[in-house]
Amino acid sequence: MDILATPTKKTSVLAAGLLLMAVGIVCSIAFGVTNIGWRTIVESFTAFNGSQEHLIIQTARMPRAFIAALVGAGLAVAGAFMQGITRNQLASPSLFGINAGAAFFIVTGAAFFGAGGLTTFATLAFAGAAVTAVLVYVLGSIGNDGLTPLKITLAGAAITAFFSSLSLGVLLTGGQTFDQVLYWFVGSVSGRDMGIFKAAAPYMGTALVGSFLLARHMNVLSLGDDVAVGLGQKTAYIKLAAGVIVVLLAGGAVSMAGPIAFVGIIVPHLVRYLVGIDYRWVIPYCAVYGGNLLLAADIGSRYIAFPKEIPVGVMTAIIGVPFFVYIARKGGRS
Amino acid sequence: MTTIQAQGLTLSYGQKPIFSNLDVVVPPGKITVFIGSNGCGKSTLLRSLARLLKPQEGSILLDGSDIAKLSSKEVARRLAILPQGPAAPEGLTVHQLVKQGRYPYQSWLQQWSREDELLVKKALELTHMNELAGRSVDSLSGGQRQRAWIAMTLAQNTRTILLDEPTTYLDMTHQIEILDLLFELNEQEQRTIVMVLHDINLACRYAHHIVAVKDGQIYAQGKPETVMNEQLIRDVFDMECQMSTDPLFGTPLCIPYGKGRKLELAAAATASSAR
Repeated sequence: MDILATPTKKTSVLAAGLLLMAVGIVCSIAFGVTNIGWRTIVESFTAFNGSQEHLIIQTARMPRAFIAALVGAGLAVAGAFMQGITRNQLASPSLFGINAGAAFFIVTGAAFFGAGGLTTFATLAFAGAAVTAVLVYVLGSIGNDGLTPLKITLAGAAITAFFSSLSLGVLLTGGQTFDQVLYWFVGSVSGRDMGIFKAAAPYMGTALVGSFLLARHMNVLSLGDDVAVGLGQKTAYIKLAAGVIVVLLAGGAVSMAGPIAFVGIIVPHLVRYLVGIDYRWVIPYCAVYGGNLLLAADIGSRYIAFPKEIPVGVMTAIIGVPFFVYIARKGGRS
Repeated sequence: MTTIQAQGLTLSYGQKPIFSNLDVVVPPGKITVFIGSNGCGKSTLLRSLARLLKPQEGSILLDGSDIAKLSSKEVARRLAILPQGPAAPEGLTVHQLVKQGRYPYQSWLQQWSREDELLVKKALELTHMNELAGRSVDSLSGGQRQRAWIAMTLAQNTRTILLDEPTTYLDMTHQIEILDLLFELNEQEQRTIVMVLHDINLACRYAHHIVAVKDGQIYAQGKPETVMNEQLIRDVFDMECQMSTDPLFGTPLCIPYGKGRKLELAAAATASSAR
């Protein structure tokens, strides 16, 4: 059923994942188009002298590494929650329009209202994620049979197309902000500074802690609403809490990196393959290995068309599409 | 002894009224079976008793207190409900499923106690699911799967268990297996069992108390041997039948009229006596 059958194995592989994350962050800081020696890297932390190389490490590579890890973790956990609540194995922040909605709010804010501050971007992204989440949930629940996996998938696809088109419209009309707006079309973790990480990290950190606490309740909810109510769960509260967590994680991820697709769908599936369906394991695994996947994809994106870098959002799409087809062919089951 | 009763229950789906001002008392320590034709409201009644549906008016009393005023977890420690056709997520093992039955006893501080462990073990034993505990629920046969879900409700350790059509979609062997299991639980542990069944004859065999529901009203209730008759079947199920006696159990047996191959009765009698 699950590859890692015993708690000992599960704990070990989780610890290994954390170690891998540390290694990934170090590699992300150390490797790139500009070749910088280890000694210079260490000195940029211990004896910063403002040189070009020190600046690259401190203002470009370090934020990039942290952003990749946090965005990957956030999107993967958000995907796991969405798949649980909608009982749909294809659910993820990108496919259900949450990323596109958050990006649209940022794009519109930047193009028409001159929004530019980091906190403003984060706020806009959270608002966009929340509006989209409610919209998709309501659209997917209209009708006598309530929320069905098919309807919510269609609603998600429609809303994704809707917000992506609107964003494109803004791009074509808001000429002077072209560069700034383009930035939010394909997800990327490069070119961001530590400020944007610091603006979003508290929200995402809180949401991640919340997601660990909610895991036990998600196990009960996954047995179906009637069974969960029968066991004494207040299912509406649990769903609302999970919704808020999804909005904070996906919104925060988009505010830092734009709409990065496929992390939210690939990682939960791989994790369930490893540890089974107990959310108390699935959530921490998603956080750790989601971060690792995006770190690895981002490091890879620097070398695939060397010396040019491709956005990490393109990398995740290249990895994600075959995987998505595989899940869809299996009938949406993990 | 836990008692459960409905008082002045009024409930409707949208515009369509299901019940108005309905009173029901479930006898404690007994097996009660709701019967009635499709859409008569028997499942709705059961679901209301388990607080899965909120009545517009009236109340459900559990040991004399209004179920709506008790905390949902408090209710879950006294009353378990197995909804119709529950679906376990793919890959969930029987043991994991049964452990969820302890949810109403857990909190942020109290995560998993020795008592939890013992009651899960006992639930697996009572349902004969010990050997299958490590298997995933979706890999089991229909009967085994239903036993796994019943084990979950047993782990809840409640005096009352409500089951919505626990035998639907099971073949006859497994229907008997499930009903025998529930009968034993009632005999040995004096648990109050309330369930919806479609098979009238099995209902008569296992129920101490039968409640016949017609158009959102209680048509009749009482011991099967006193309430079941041809008139009731005609009115509640819109079906003609002849009432007889179960040759094995002595309980009422309903033999429906209808079309079908008809052998000469004398020849049939000879054939059966020759066996």
